[in-house]
Formats: sequence, structure tokens, C-alpha cells
Amino acid sequence: MAGSHEVDTLTKAFSGFGVDEKTLISILGKWHPDQTKTFRKGTQFFIQDERLFERWGAVVLWTMHPWERDARLIKDALIDGPKSYNVVVEIGCTRSSEELLGARRAYHSLYDRSIEEDVASSVTGVERKLFVALVSSYRYEGPKVNEETAKSEAKTLCNAVKNAAKKNPMEEEEVVRILSTRSKLHLKSVFKHYKEMCGKDIEEDVAPHLSLKHTVQCLSTPQTYFVKVLDEAINPDADENTKEGLTRVIVTRADVDMKAIKEEYHKQNGITLIEKIEHMANGNFKDFLLTLLARGE
Amino acid sequence: MPTNGGDVVEIGVGEQCGNVVDIDLGEQWRPLRPGKLTASTGAVAGWGTDEKAIISIMGHRNAVQRKLIRQAYEEIYQEDLIKRLESELSGHFEKAVFRWVLDPADRDAVLANVAMKQSKVDYHVIIELSCIYSPEELLAVKRAYQARFKHSMEEDLASHTSGDLGKALGIYRYDGDEIDARLAKSEANVLHNAIKEKVFNHEEVIRIVSTRSKAQLMATFNRYKDKYDTAITKHLVDDPSDQYLAAVRTSIRCINDPKKYYEKVIRNALNKPGTDEDALTRVIVTRAEKDLKEIKELYYKRNSVSLDHAVAKETSGDYEAFLLTLLGKED
Repeated sequence: MAGSHEVDTLTKAFSGFGVDEKTLISILGKWHPDQTKTFRKGTQFFIQDERLFERWGAVVLWTMHPWERDARLIKDALIDGPKSYNVVVEIGCTRSSEELLGARRAYHSLYDRSIEEDVASSVTGVERKLFVALVSSYRYEGPKVNEETAKSEAKTLCNAVKNAAKKNPMEEEEVVRILSTRSKLHLKSVFKHYKEMCGKDIEEDVAPHLSLKHTVQCLSTPQTYFVKVLDEAINPDADENTKEGLTRVIVTRADVDMKAIKEEYHKQNGITLIEKIEHMANGNFKDFLLTLLARGE
Repeated sequence: MPTNGGDVVEIGVGEQCGNVVDIDLGEQWRPLRPGKLTASTGAVAGWGTDEKAIISIMGHRNAVQRKLIRQAYEEIYQEDLIKRLESELSGHFEKAVFRWVLDPADRDAVLANVAMKQSKVDYHVIIELSCIYSPEELLAVKRAYQARFKHSMEEDLASHTSGDLGKALGIYRYDGDEIDARLAKSEANVLHNAIKEKVFNHEEVIRIVSTRSKAQLMATFNRYKDKYDTAITKHLVDDPSDQYLAAVRTSIRCINDPKKYYEKVIRNALNKPGTDEDALTRVIVTRAEKDLKEIKELYYKRNSVSLDHAVAKETSGDYEAFLLTLLGKED
């Protein structure tokens, strides 16, 4: 029978950002398989620590350079297929031009291919053109916006939406062009004019086309998108793939716009993100997430 | 070439006396020796414009030196040499000198902008950027473009053109040597179907040619040759009615053998009735510090007449003199 002292020692061995292998070996090595089984079942902790140390667990992701991180996230998303398409959009749209460029460089080093060519060859559905365009973008980030152009492009988007029954707006050249080449500041203006002209938020109008909705959200109000990802990840019924969203969002946004995401979360859910995580996460995984959330406070 | 410590930098020599200049370019530089002048300042300021001096000075300077000249001019006269040249020179000569004086990446950005503003967009320029320039060179051009025009190159191109060409420019190709042989096989087949069998699979062809790395594409072209006993370029038939394939053909040629491609552009520019000065200037100015020498050799092989001779025949005046100077540069 595993003594509580051994359990404590093991717990300590797994705490923090490293594993005390010597202790691990000396205790676990002696244990009978039933003992280890009981230990695993008895503590929530192994599962949670897996989420710290498993392939794209929190610590691993956090330790990586953001460019490498994004490169690996996209690679995985492409392997996962349509259920992870939002990750491709997320990275293509919420990173700065230099960050996205960095991710593309890291991808070259890691995989001897470009993100563009892999997206072009693995995404075969209606999303292809849009996705290739989004990951290829190197947007202007200056303050200059041409209001006349913004108005005319809002009109173009309106028309594409009105025509949605005949042609998927995601496959419309002009829609892809506007969303993937224009600066984010310009797009804010486009979306503003869109609402004035079309009557609704573009986000609502394109809602039936999920990738388009994610694109528009990520480009204008990313925190709305991220809160949705968090909600779905925190849901107890979420599948493994969806659950990964929790780690990914917190790790990748901790030093970017976590404050805005927390505010939006609170607005949408009535409870703070921190409280929610206190409530449903456990052990070291919980502590790690809370530490990240506290950054910049 | 500017050097560290010690050496005196002679930016220009000239017979006319302009201002004697002592330019402090930082600790590494000793002041220019009095008597050795930045004659380009004299060539433009105050004595009317001496095109010959401009040609002889600017034509023989490399990019770093040209930059120093611009800076020196600005310091003395509080105006941009470029603006001055624009107002003093005219026509093809002006364009050539203007292009030459710019930093290479800035120059390419200007050329791209000019190309896309034509009523009939000059696709060659865009394809050259996407297929001949290295990914890093293309990135430098994009940055220069944003700095100059306050737009991204991609957004301007996309709003002036339709179709897939504009998007190809966004691709940041893998620049390494790793290739996938299996992929080369399957994609060689796709290309063969499109080109030879005319089985139209536009999307796939564009995808391959615009996203794959140069190394991968060369492997694909080799695979093509192995399987079909003919080089892919031999199967590329110029069919003026087929717009779509024209861009693909040009891309393949650019990737396969850039110097041969440039020789053809120059040859066509010179043979055209009236001469295509824009194309001629573009190739000579942008390749002068890269592979113009080899392009000249290819030209001679192909046409049995030297490029200098052909240029002298088809152009005249200051423009001709400037081009010949660039052609005569030894690095």
C-alpha cells in the first residue's frame, strides 16, 4: 500500500516546472502496478499535470518562442482538419504582421515547407482561398485609412452577403481580397460602414459561414472570439480538441490582450475568468493558468 | 566601396568645381580630401544640369555610394537629390537615373507600383518578384513599399488586378534545399496535364507554381523531364489567346532559368518597334549589380551581337549613354 508519505513525496516530485526523476524512480519503481493504478485514480493531479506537460500542454507552449508556438499550432491544426480550422484563422488574423511573418519563418525551419503551401494543399474545401490568403498576409499597420475605399468595400461585402444563397461569400474573390489584404484599421472602418449600410453587424450576417465569422471577429474584436473559445473549452462536455482552447488562449494571449479578454469574459458570463478557473481546474495546472492570468496586473 | 577606419572615401571625381566638402560620416570616415569633390553636387546645382557628369558619376557608383551621395547632397543643399533630378532631367533618361539612385528594395517597390498602375498591368514585374527574387529580397521590397506608399503591396496589387497573380506575391516561400520526391512526382503530373493535355485544373497549377519552394519546383521540373522526356519549358507554347497559361508559363520560365528569362525580356524590348524603354531600363537597372554580366553573355550567344551594340543601335542621347555605362560596369 502506498503510504501517504510516498504520495506526498510524489506530489512534490511533480510540482513546479520540472520532474524530480530520482524520487519518481525510487518510489514508482518499487510500486506494484495496483499501487500505481490506485495512485493515478486517487489523485486528479496526474491528469492535470498531463495538461501541463503533454505535447501542447501549458508549460510546453509557454516555454516556446511565440513564433515556434504559432508554427506548431498551425501544423497541428492542419493535421486535425476542419474541427481545428478556427486555429488557422486565429493565428492568421490575431497576430501582428511581424508575428505572423515570424511564425512563417519558424515553420520553414521546423518543417522545411511554408505554411502557405501546406495550407494550400491540405485545405481542400471552400475555405482554401480564404485561408491561404489569411496566412500569406503582411498587412500595413500604419494609421492611414481611405474612407472612400472603406465605404465602397463595405458595399461590396454587403452585396456578397445578400448574394450568399447563390454563392458562398467565402469563395468571393472580393471578399477574400478585402479581408486578407487590408489593414486592420481600414477594416474597422469597413465594418463600421457595413453596419450603417446593411443594417446589421457583419459578424451576424456571416454567422452561417463559421470560418468567415471567425475571420471577421478575429480582425475586429478578437476578445469576443477568444471568450467564445474559452467558453467552449471550459464546458465539461467539451471534447479533447475543444478543451485545448483553454491552454492555447491563455498562453498565447497572456501578454497581449488578456485584460480585454477577461473583461469581455466577465461581461458575457457574470463571473470572472479567474473565478471560473479557480472553480473548475485543479492542482498545478490551475496554478499555472492563474499565474499566467495574473501577469501584467 | 566604403571601408573601415583609415581610408579616404572618394565619392566622386570631376572636372568641374563644385563645393569643397568635408563630410563627417562618423568615426570610421576621414573627411574627404579637399580637391576631391562630390562632383555630382556640382553637376546638378547651379551650373545647369550636366547630364554627362551625372551619367559618369552615378553610373559608376554602387548602392552604398549612391546613398552617400544622396545624403551629402541633402546636407549641402537641403533638398533631396531625387527631387532635383526629377525636375532637371526628363524622359527615359530621368526614369533610368531615378531608378538607379534609389535603394534596391525601394526601387523594386517603385517599379512594382508603376507596373500595377498601368491600364494593362505589367505582370512580368510581379512574376519576377514572386519567382526570381529570393523570399528575403521580396520581403525587403514589401517593407520598402509600405514605407513609401503607406499601403501593403498586396493590397494595392489585389485592388488593381483580378485573379490569382496578386495572391502569389503574398507567399513567403520556403527558401531551403529540402524537397519531397513523392510530391515532385505527383505535381509534375498535374503540370503535365494542364500544359500538354490542356486538362484545365487552374487552381492546382497556380497552387503549385505560386506556393512551392524553388528547390521543390526544380525537383518537379526535373521529374517532369524524366517522365516525359522533354523539359517542361519546351512544352510551354506561347498562345496569345490563353491568358491564364501566360502567367503560368512566365512563372515557370522565371523559376527554371532567370537569366534566360531576362535575356528574352531584353531581346523583346529591343526588337519591339519603338523599343520598350521601360522594360529595358528595368532589367538593366535591377540586374546591374546582380547578374547583368551573365545576361549579356547569354544575349551575345543568342543574338551574335553584343548587348552594348544592340542598345546603342536602339537608343540614343543621354539615355543611351547611361545604359551603356551601366552595362560597362565591372563590379
